Amino acid sequence: MLFSKPPAVLALEDGTVYYGYAFGFPGRTIGEVVFNTSMTGYQEILTDPSYKGQIVTMTYPHIGNYGVSVYDMESNRPYAQGFIVREFSRTASNHRANQDLQSFMEQHRIVGIEGIDTRALTRRLRTGGVVKGVIHHGEVDDDLEAELVRLAREHPDIDGRDMTPEVTTPLPYARPSFNEHPRVVVMDFGIKHSIVYKLEQAGAEVIVVPAQTTPAQIMALDPYGLVLSNGPGDPDGPKYAHDTVWQLLGLLPTYGICLGHQLLGLAVGGRTFKLRYGHHGANTPVKNVVTGAVEITSQNHNYAVDIDSIPGRQFVATHINLNDGTLEGMAHQRYPVFSVQYHPEASPGPHDADYLFRRFIEEVNAFEGATALPAAGTGSLIGTL
Amino acid sequence: MPRRDDIHKILILGSGPIVIGQAAEFDYSGTQACKALRSAGYEVVLINSNPATIMTDPEVADRTYIEPLTPEFVEKVIAAEKPDALLPTLGGQTALNLAMALWEAGTLQKHGVELIGANHEAIQKGEDRQRFQQAMAKIGIKTPAGKMVGTLDEALEFVQTIGYPAIIRPSYTLGGTGGGVAYDEAQFRQVVRQGLHDSPVHTVLVEQSVLGWKEYELEVMRDHNDTVVIICSIENVDPMGVHTGDSITVAPAQTLSDKEYQRLRDYSIAIIREIGVDTGGSNIQFAVNPANGDVIVIEMNPRVSRSSALASKATGYPIAKIAALLAVGYHLDELPNDITKETKAAFEPTIDYVVTKIPRFAFEKFPGASRELGTQMRSVGEVMAIGRTFKESLQKALRSLELDVRGATSDMNLAQLEALLYPNPFRLGAVIELLRRGKSVQVLHEKTRIDPWFLAQLKEIVDGETELRRLPEPQRWSWEQWREIKRLGYSDAELARLRGLDAAEVRSLRLEHAGAPVYKTVDTCAAEFEAYTPYHYSTYEWEDEVAPSQKDKVLILGSGPNRIGQGVEFDYATVHAVWALRDAGYETIMANSNPETVSTDYDTADRLYFEPLTYEDVLNIVEHEKPKGVIVQLGGQTPLKLARPLDDAGVPIWGTPAAAIHAAEDRDTFHALCTRLGIPQPQGGVATAPADAKRLAQQIGYPVMVRPSYVLGGRAMKVVHDDAELDGYLHEVYAELPDNPSILVDDFIEGAIEVDVDALSDGDTTVVAGIMEHIEGAGIHSGDSACITPPVTLSDDVIATLQAYSVQLADAIGVRGLINIQYVIKDGEVFVIEANPRASRTVPYLSKAIGHPLAKYAALIAAGRSLAELGFTEMPHPKLYSVKEVVLPFLKFRDILPVLGPEMRSTGESMGISHDPALAYLKAELGAGVALPSEGTARLIGDGLEALGERLAEQGFEVVRGAQPGDAEDGPDYALLIDVAHTRELRRALENGVPYATTLQAATWMVAAMAAARSGELEVRALQDA
Repeated sequence: MLFSKPPAVLALEDGTVYYGYAFGFPGRTIGEVVFNTSMTGYQEILTDPSYKGQIVTMTYPHIGNYGVSVYDMESNRPYAQGFIVREFSRTASNHRANQDLQSFMEQHRIVGIEGIDTRALTRRLRTGGVVKGVIHHGEVDDDLEAELVRLAREHPDIDGRDMTPEVTTPLPYARPSFNEHPRVVVMDFGIKHSIVYKLEQAGAEVIVVPAQTTPAQIMALDPYGLVLSNGPGDPDGPKYAHDTVWQLLGLLPTYGICLGHQLLGLAVGGRTFKLRYGHHGANTPVKNVVTGAVEITSQNHNYAVDIDSIPGRQFVATHINLNDGTLEGMAHQRYPVFSVQYHPEASPGPHDADYLFRRFIEEVNAFEGATALPAAGTGSLIGTL
Repeated sequence: MPRRDDIHKILILGSGPIVIGQAAEFDYSGTQACKALRSAGYEVVLINSNPATIMTDPEVADRTYIEPLTPEFVEKVIAAEKPDALLPTLGGQTALNLAMALWEAGTLQKHGVELIGANHEAIQKGEDRQRFQQAMAKIGIKTPAGKMVGTLDEALEFVQTIGYPAIIRPSYTLGGTGGGVAYDEAQFRQVVRQGLHDSPVHTVLVEQSVLGWKEYELEVMRDHNDTVVIICSIENVDPMGVHTGDSITVAPAQTLSDKEYQRLRDYSIAIIREIGVDTGGSNIQFAVNPANGDVIVIEMNPRVSRSSALASKATGYPIAKIAALLAVGYHLDELPNDITKETKAAFEPTIDYVVTKIPRFAFEKFPGASRELGTQMRSVGEVMAIGRTFKESLQKALRSLELDVRGATSDMNLAQLEALLYPNPFRLGAVIELLRRGKSVQVLHEKTRIDPWFLAQLKEIVDGETELRRLPEPQRWSWEQWREIKRLGYSDAELARLRGLDAAEVRSLRLEHAGAPVYKTVDTCAAEFEAYTPYHYSTYEWEDEVAPSQKDKVLILGSGPNRIGQGVEFDYATVHAVWALRDAGYETIMANSNPETVSTDYDTADRLYFEPLTYEDVLNIVEHEKPKGVIVQLGGQTPLKLARPLDDAGVPIWGTPAAAIHAAEDRDTFHALCTRLGIPQPQGGVATAPADAKRLAQQIGYPVMVRPSYVLGGRAMKVVHDDAELDGYLHEVYAELPDNPSILVDDFIEGAIEVDVDALSDGDTTVVAGIMEHIEGAGIHSGDSACITPPVTLSDDVIATLQAYSVQLADAIGVRGLINIQYVIKDGEVFVIEANPRASRTVPYLSKAIGHPLAKYAALIAAGRSLAELGFTEMPHPKLYSVKEVVLPFLKFRDILPVLGPEMRSTGESMGISHDPALAYLKAELGAGVALPSEGTARLIGDGLEALGERLAEQGFEVVRGAQPGDAEDGPDYALLIDVAHTRELRRALENGVPYATTLQAATWMVAAMAAARSGELEVRALQDA
């Protein structure tokens, strides 16, 4: 086994080639290479639709130790474009495991590579920024390597692309509700299941609608709250969503998460920018500038909102990243509208930001129903988050 | 709330002598705290009775008191220093208990001293089992079903409801002393009785057993702003039932899904808040049922612990330093992360490697003691290793142990191996060997409850071995094959053994085909940010990220795992070398494998390599860094035994040359040298076979001292008085030693005084630094004997002779640095026993007694300075007497008689300083936890005690003779025991904490000390006032 592992390579667009071993589904895959520093939660990461188009490198070297569980799916299948690990575990040891990582990846046709120096790769991504890469299973020669590098180079960039159609639900669906809870509509830009669970836990009846749902269609559902979900890609891509959010602004208590936060920023005329290598991990400290509290957050984004670019100071920063000072959360000056760049639903990651779901539902509970026009001067959430 | 300006002077309590369960990790944490608080502008006062620590160096705190850690002495220091606050969370259980006692007695309130870092209420809630259980019930976290009991009857009644096995945990003891698992009523009675006794409050918790559950620890930090972060998760390879200090542990947790891990994290945060630890670090232990994920919290320590030290080294997050700063008001988001500089201390480290810790035991020192591991900690040290995979880090840790773990089990038969699957120090070796012989992971999991993931990893190591045995000759291995083999963690030496080659050959083949290892950085963030901290480990990967600088540098080799005979003293010496050489302008590089040390703090040396101290690993560092010199003489035997092979490989060894070290260690050359110099030695010789030994013994005349050659720390050393005893020794002790070493037979000079001399030589001049007169007579290992300096019974002539011989020996051997020489003196005649041209364990104690940093001088001499340049040209004559006393771990080993002998068994030491020798002895005893009585009954057993009896009677003691009548289970009817006949009575005294003496000399000192205590005032004095 030690000396007969099937070969594989990872070729980056800058010409770097890493030699490793094949695992997962046999074949070839192309995508933007990103790294994630979470030490647990590989299954949640693989199944997070935000990773659409991306090949994920795990910085923790042992991956697959506790197998894969039906309870840890963040969507109905993995969305990551490929998986890079130092060593995948052939043994799945946990009572929750339903299958091992290898069979899970085979089943869902996810190509992986193991045995490479993932720390070197991560350092490369940190210093050189996000790159595109190809994982190829099988022996390679110089010609093939050159070919793989070319493929990586020619692969379309994520920047500017709207990837939401590839991940959003094709049809709206209502989650079964057994309690008299206020209705919340969630726009699915590539939602993680945990967001739905956390909303339900906090006391909401949840209806998930496709990303392209119009404001009128949403209002017709008689919602008491609106959630803008996470999702993949460049927030500049889904222009239609900027319109939708703009039209709904102020009509409903609104809560944006990750891509949802970025869409909110863009909808009100702000600007987003691409981070050099993004934030992908479960250990990022965020300061709530309103309360002074520090929370450890789960993060997965390559873009950030420039709050100063939002005209008219409509939003105030509520949360900032303690590592690099970027914006992590904002609240509208007048309306009960707020958003965070990170993942309060965790999965994987710490639960420190659970309170945001409760805060949102409080707002939803206090909401007296939508009027056609924004109710001026009510309910800004600044100072209460 | 930022830094507090209302406090200025802070008192820090150390942890006292090194004992099992409380070791050098608290030197690390205390030193960090002193440094951090001073750099934040506070004045720091430190009390610790342990001289073998960095923290008690006069330059670490502003005011340093080497005084007993008792409420009386702490109050004296408080009265003298008037501190504003007391920080009790960095000196282990000792400091925490002491702070509690001071609070409860009202001492702190009386002097207006505020407890910072943890409040009285939180400490009690965390430490008192019953209150802890109530607190957990309140926040809905399960604890094992248990009941706090104060009597055996109560315990027996409760155990009916939970059944056996049951766990017994005494309240407020460290390292689980007195606790254990009981499988039946008889055992239960015994453990409960012991536990009730050992607990200072005489209560024990009787608890439902969760044996075999998975065990985890989380290290948690909280600040005044209620920010809580988890620094590290640790998973025990040995499941529940083995004390975590005795378990093989791994960081981070390996077999928890994110959902399960986050549950432990949520619980930890809820617990630290509920217990009310305002600021600082805590350690929380959980048991997880592998069948269904049920979680039970086992305990929490509201203080910095051994696991915190491990977590700090495992992640690069300086827990003790941050904890100290949080105690004075800083918030986590106000403190920088030293490693990244850009980010803050408010974050959770994420790591991209695997850390394995393996404990090191000393059972061989206690023949007859059970080797079963349980809830009471018995390891004396530990190693840590870092690798990119568990397999690599485990194999690195195994070779860091300096024991042949796998060799010990490789020749056993199946039945012997299977008999080792209960928790014991050989279990890992047995499991590996059984996997090698085809036992399945499933079967071994059922027998050991070790998680299948770990067993599968071990199996991959074993399978790798099988495969590499089948490969063609190593000359034909491909780069890829070499790399995969090295990635499994196999050392060159092991490959040589597996393939029947010479290690040097493997090395050159490996360098040719696979190259050298690369070095990676421990950076707290898995490379997400640029790291500035030079903390590194080796691995076989693609990229080397550690570029050597162009500066002149020195590599200092550390002392490896602590063990009996090689403890914190050597860490002290190597850290001093680092400081001295850094001040002298060199870039300093430290290599060590022991996480419980100051030397492995990433800001001690300019660069830290956390690596096994083997020839291969050290040579790799040397070749990578190309230092100008390597210092081997300060870290004890571990680096010393590398001196010759490194020298042979052309490595520049600084200080005493390798050949000179060898010449002093080799008996024949040393004997020839003494003869040439005209220095008398006790008669002796070397026997190559048991028959020779007898002939030699008869020739020399009994009693003789017998010991195997090249066995360290007095292992298997014995004084025998006749042929029969010698036969017994040869059969029982010698026959068990591997490789049948030759036997040294020496005249044992009865009734002699033993003396240690430490001297420094720069090659031209030799200066004796101090003469230490042993309290106990010759025949007791010098490491176990109390001693005093300056000497009190030696004549000026003898002192002059000792100085002259020492200078002659150091010159003749060619010492450049420190030398330790042992002498015996009988009727005014001086005999030399042995000379070790290296730092000895007396260096820290002597340095403090004379006020000269000897290890620093040694390092500077190694770098080419002369004694004249250092201003150290004649033997110092200190005005005060300093006594060193030892602490021994007898209590942890049932059925062992607490009697001293030629085999060293002490784990630590205390120091007492006074103008009066007897008072210095009294303080040293107090520092070692022995409170001599002032009244009551003194029981005397053995001959020759008449004079002592009279003096005790004069002091008002009721003197009785012989063993205590009645049941062996009864408590002692005396306040002091002197038993020179070495009867079982000693065990009763030991177990009941009654002071006892086993030698006439110690008893004489005790009686003198008690007399002095009546007349003399016990003063406290800061080292800085000398």
